[in-house]
Parts: sequence; structure tokens; C-alpha cells
Amino acid sequence: MLPVPLPHTLALAAVLFCLGMVGVMVRRNALVVFMCVELMLNAANLTFLAFAQAHGDTTGHVSAFFVIAVAAAEASVGLAIVIAVFRSRGTVNLEELKTMKH
Amino acid sequence: MLPVLNNADSLAYFWPEMILTAGAMGVFLFDLAVAKSPRRILWLTVASLGVLAAAALATSHVAGLSPTPIGLFNGLLVLDPWAVFFKYLSWAVTALAILIAGPSLEVASERMGEYCALLLAVAVGMSLMASSTDMLMMVIGVELVSMVSYALAGFKKHDRKSSEAALKYVVYGGVASGMMLFGMSYLYGLLGTTNLVGTAARMNAQAAMLAQAGVAASVAGAGRVAMVVAVVLVLSGVGYKIASVPWHMWCPDVYEGAPTPFTAFLSVGPKAAGFALAVRILYGAMSVSGGADLATAVADVPWPQVVGVIAGLTMTVGNFAALNQTNLKRMLAYSSIAHAGYILMGVAAASETGSQSVALYLVVYLFMNLGAFLVVGIVGRLSGSESIFEYRGLSARAPFAAVAFAVFLFSLTGLPPLAGFVGKFHLFKALVDRGGSWQITLAIVGLLNSAVSLYYYARIVKAMFLDKPHTEERIAVPASYNLLLGALVGLVLVFGVYFDGLRQLAGSSVVLFGHS
Repeated sequence: MLPVPLPHTLALAAVLFCLGMVGVMVRRNALVVFMCVELMLNAANLTFLAFAQAHGDTTGHVSAFFVIAVAAAEASVGLAIVIAVFRSRGTVNLEELKTMKH
Repeated sequence: MLPVLNNADSLAYFWPEMILTAGAMGVFLFDLAVAKSPRRILWLTVASLGVLAAAALATSHVAGLSPTPIGLFNGLLVLDPWAVFFKYLSWAVTALAILIAGPSLEVASERMGEYCALLLAVAVGMSLMASSTDMLMMVIGVELVSMVSYALAGFKKHDRKSSEAALKYVVYGGVASGMMLFGMSYLYGLLGTTNLVGTAARMNAQAAMLAQAGVAASVAGAGRVAMVVAVVLVLSGVGYKIASVPWHMWCPDVYEGAPTPFTAFLSVGPKAAGFALAVRILYGAMSVSGGADLATAVADVPWPQVVGVIAGLTMTVGNFAALNQTNLKRMLAYSSIAHAGYILMGVAAASETGSQSVALYLVVYLFMNLGAFLVVGIVGRLSGSESIFEYRGLSARAPFAAVAFAVFLFSLTGLPPLAGFVGKFHLFKALVDRGGSWQITLAIVGLLNSAVSLYYYARIVKAMFLDKPHTEERIAVPASYNLLLGALVGLVLVFGVYFDGLRQLAGSSVVLFGHS
């Protein structure tokens, strides 16, 4: 079986990254925003792995594990904060978080 | 060949971080032991300061082990004078943030243990940021600092502002780390390694190889674009940590919502670590020799000019946004954005004196900015408000705090003979020494900005000394706060006149691993 060519994987990763980026800017629900951040991190993972395969080098694989750990930690801290916000005001809509004016 | 130690041998050079990691966990346990004590806060403060003192001793020990820079853990970390300088700075900021938390009423006694332990964890992260030469380690350092900071920003659990600040921080931080990691994955793909040492040489070699191989111009061009985008994405992650425009949006909200002792910490500690990293990347890794060839080193993009434009934008946006703020914490947040712009001038100089001025300014900035936030904490302690209204007639209600605040604010403006002037002078000098037309322009922008900043700093001084207070009630200032204020004012005054030692210290710290 032929391996998937590098440009294909890179293109998929770039699309995932852009989806995540646009999602963060467009969506207003904090949970959806966190999902979009995860998309961005996984796009980085995919790129790391594609290049690791192309180089025949393990650094990229190791990096992907680190990114997974970072993403998990970020999700746990982020969700804890979402719960704290929900308790104090009953919404997780980022539009409604306007206690502090600019 | 640069000396790089393997994992087992590196442990002997890793004592400070190991002590702090064990100390952070130890403080959690110690908190249980003193839970019933009426002096719980005092005990926890003493224990945390003890851990930091042990870390400082260990730092001086490991710094003495190797007179020349050496790589640790197969090149993930380094121990060089630059890292050691920022380690000391991190321990000092952390110690001050713990000291001022006790008497402030924003950290309750039953949560003081968490606060101290989390701050010790951030200190480890800052140290890793300052000493990383591998992109992987850089991510770990940045994320350790960021994630614990999210939790600390939302420390006042039932406070609407605090949890809102934490949520905004975590969203911006998540996006920034996503961008940084995506950029790193491309840099890894293009350069074949995650190590930052000698990045410039590798980038040039790669460009030469593409040219030699005779690949089509479109392919070579695509490679160049990918390289530029990757570097920009990685630098965005750093820009987010130092809160430079356009990654500054989180800063005012987080500073305003977070507990004041932690805001004071946030405005100095992680920012200093971010600058350590910025200098390591822009001056250390991406320049060929002495920073002189940085302009042509990476994909023909003039990076110092790029940083210069960001510096100019950052200080202008920060200063103009600060002009009509009425909440002191928010005003100081914008002022800290402006100061990130000033310090970026030293990075944009991309020279040895530039890096020296960055280190020098960060020490001075530590004293004056922490001092300013300390006064905000003192006033907020009584009234629970940070409105400029509370500062009217402060000279009658808390004379010493008012005088100290005036000293810090004038020092932040950069007026002689205060330490802020010395710091700013060296930043401008490093920039003008490079002598190019854009450097001079940036220096002029910086000067004009300093004049603008005088307006909003002086507005507070006017409120404190000339306006009538809304109440005659004196503000009771804890003795420890007065002592600390006195010490910080003393340092700002002393370093404003006798700055030679500080300058030499900063100068001798500009020795970066793998950079000649």
C-alpha cells in the first residue's frame, strides 16, 4: 500500500487549521470555541506526523505526543473555567461576557 | 562543537527546577499541616519563600558549575548566563507576588496554599521558557506558564470579573498556542529538526540547496512563503506572552479581572520570560553573527524592521488606549502593553547592547511596575474599587503610599533621576547605535510615546495630590506593605543614580548558547 503523499496530508492539516481559526472567530459559544482550538492543535499534530514520515525521523512523532498532552491539559483547565463562568452567570456565550468595558 | 550533556548528567544542572517542582507539591501538603493554625498565611508565605531561596541558592550553584554555556538534556535546555539571569528574575518576581498576596484580602487564608503552589509552578515554567533552545521545550514552558496563569486569573471563583477574565485568557491563549504549534510543525518540516540553535545557518543552507537543486522557481517560492508564515506563527505565540499588538487584546481584561497580587506578577514575570524567549529566537537563533546578518538570514525578510513596526504599534496603541481609562488596573494594563513596546525596541536593535538593554529594563520594570500594582492593592484593599475616584486626595489619606505611587509613575514615564529613565535611555541608545533611518524613526516614535504617557500618569498624580478626597478616612496600610513600598522606592531611586552595576550585570548576561 502506498503511503499518502506529503502534500495531501499537509493540505488536510491546513484546511483543519483554517477551519479552527475561522471557528474561533465566528462562533460565540465557549464550548464550540474550545473545540475549534482543539482542531487547530490537531492540525499541528497532523503536520508534525506528515513531516516525520517524510523525513523518516521520530522527532515529529514525539512532538505529536507532547501536543496531545498539552491539548488535554488545556481542555481540562478550559472546561473548569467554563464551569466556573456558567455557575457565576448561567451562560457560556462569549458575547455576553461584558462586565469589563473597553 | 557545542557541549551538550545527556539526560543523566544534566540532572546535576537542573537542581533549581527540581527544587521548585518538589516545593510546589510540598507547599500543597504543608497547607494541610497548618490548616488549623491561625497563622496559616504566614507559615505558607515563609515556606514558599524558603523554597524560592533554596532555588536561588541552587541556581548560583549550578551557574558556578559551568563557566561556559552548556546544553542540557540532549539540547532541549541550555544553561547560559542569559538563562541564569532570567531564572533569578523569575524567582524574585515570584517571591514578591507571594509576599504581597498575604496582606491583600483577595487571597483568602484557606486558599493561600493553592496560590503559593501554583505560583511556584509558574516559576518553573518561566525558567523553562528562558532556557529552552528547542521548540518542543519552548511549548512546554509557555504552556506551563499559561495554563497555571489561567487558573490563577480566575482565582476569585465567585467573582464575575475574575471568571470572565480567566475564560477570555484561556480562549486567547488556546488560539495563540494553536498558532505557535502549527508554525512549529512547519519549521520542523522545513528544517528537519525542532532545535533552535543555528536556525539561521540551517535556513540559509536550505535556501541554497533549493537554489542548487534547480527546483522550479514556484516551488522555491512556496518554500520561502511557508518559512515566513511558520516564523510569523511561532513569533505570534511569543507576542501573545509579552502582550504586543496585535496579540494584546486579552491583556486589559485579564489584568482587570485577576486578583491584584497576581496581576502584578503577570505584568512582570511571564512578560520577562517571553522577552527572554524573543531575544533567544530573534537575536540568538535567527541571526548569523552578532545579529548583523539577521536582516538577510531568514527568507530575505527584514525581521528587525518587522519587530520595529510591531514595537511602534504596541507602544502607540497601549499609550493611547490608556489615556481615558478610569480604572487604575486597566490603565496599568495598557501601560504595560506600552512598556512591552518600549522593550521591543531593544529586541528590534538585534544587537548585543540591545539584548543588554532588554535585560536591564526588565529589572527596573520589575521594581516600578510591581510597586505601582502594590499601591493599587493597598487602595483596593479598603474600598474594593480601582476607580481613579478613590485616588483623589490619597496624599492626605495614605501619604507614604501616595508619594511612593508618584515615584513609580514618574519612573514608568522615564523621568530622570529615576530608574525608569536609566532603563529607557539604554533602550533608545541601543536602537540609535544601530544608526539606520528606521531605527531613528522608531526612537522618535518612542520619545513621542513617552510624552503621551506622561499625560495619564500625571493625571493620577494630580488626583492624588491636588484633588479633594471624597472622605477623610485614613487608609490603614499593613506594616509589611509599607516596608515593601519603601524597599521598592529605594531601589527605583538608587538604580536611577547608581546604575553601573546593574548595567554590567545585564551586559555580562548577554551570552547565549550557540551564538557567537
